[in-house]
Amino acid sequence: MLRLPSVRLGGLVVRRASAALSSPVRMASHGNVSLSHSEVSQTVDMSQPMYWDRVDTPLPDRRYKDILTDSEKSLKQKEKGPWAQLSKEEKIALYRMSFLQTFPEMKQRSDEWKTVMGGIFIFLGFTGLLVWWQRIHVYPQRPHTFDPEWQEKQLQRMLDMRISPVEGISSKWDYEKGQWK
Amino acid sequence: VSANMFRAVVRLSASGARSLTRSRTSISAPLASRCYSHGKVETDEEFDSRWVTYFSKPDIDAWELRKGMNTLIGYDLVPEPKILDSALKACRRLDDLASAIRILEAVKEKAGPHKDIYPYLIQELQPTLTELGISTPEELGIDR
Repeated sequence: MLRLPSVRLGGLVVRRASAALSSPVRMASHGNVSLSHSEVSQTVDMSQPMYWDRVDTPLPDRRYKDILTDSEKSLKQKEKGPWAQLSKEEKIALYRMSFLQTFPEMKQRSDEWKTVMGGIFIFLGFTGLLVWWQRIHVYPQRPHTFDPEWQEKQLQRMLDMRISPVEGISSKWDYEKGQWK
Repeated sequence: VSANMFRAVVRLSASGARSLTRSRTSISAPLASRCYSHGKVETDEEFDSRWVTYFSKPDIDAWELRKGMNTLIGYDLVPEPKILDSALKACRRLDDLASAIRILEAVKEKAGPHKDIYPYLIQELQPTLTELGISTPEELGIDR
């Protein structure tokens, strides 16, 4: 028997895993799932047919509720007769026995994206704070060679030495007129 | 909505909304549209009759119904009413009302943005729905 420990991540994974099990307490008697209160994770037996709500798989491998109460069983018996004799509530009950969510419920939009984007921005902001703190407290002092006076002298020295005279900086300086070309 | 509008299997495409009034004389996209020049291309009628025959099997079992429906829904088309009729009758043979309602939900979903396909299907299926006593999701109030 294959077991898949599914950690409680919240959201889709757990919902799917729990949708795959109906009446978890009763399932324990089948030896498929062990659910003690101390356990954090639920094990899903992946070798058994699973239930899922998918728009592209309208009829999943098994019914949602495979363990029925007596009233549900008697309704199932009534289903063998003419369906016109079933009331609306009975029809809905039969539907809910086989399926967890209707198509519109499946396709409901959630606000999860707001949580995700919010989390992203929070972490970006936190990173920004770290970077700023680092700039203040970690970076050494700005070297004096970046001062404008030093930069001027540095450029003059480069021109005097004829740095990159062919196509580079000295080629852009007009030595006769003492200005940039 | 006249029956002539929807003679062929209504084919939908992800790229742009095709006009539903496309006539039969236009190029019919073959079911398995691969680029081989040889090989028989199945016509719409052959496709339809193949699926009607599949669901008409008298002793169809639950697995075959599920497999058939899931495969059919996987295609890029909305099934013809006669295929769905055959499938609903198969549900009846299997005493499975829930699946019948599910099938109706699924084809409404397949129609996607083309909101007029589903009412047409229900209109065409109405005799069978009344005969078998299948309520539509709208009648049951589970279409919200």
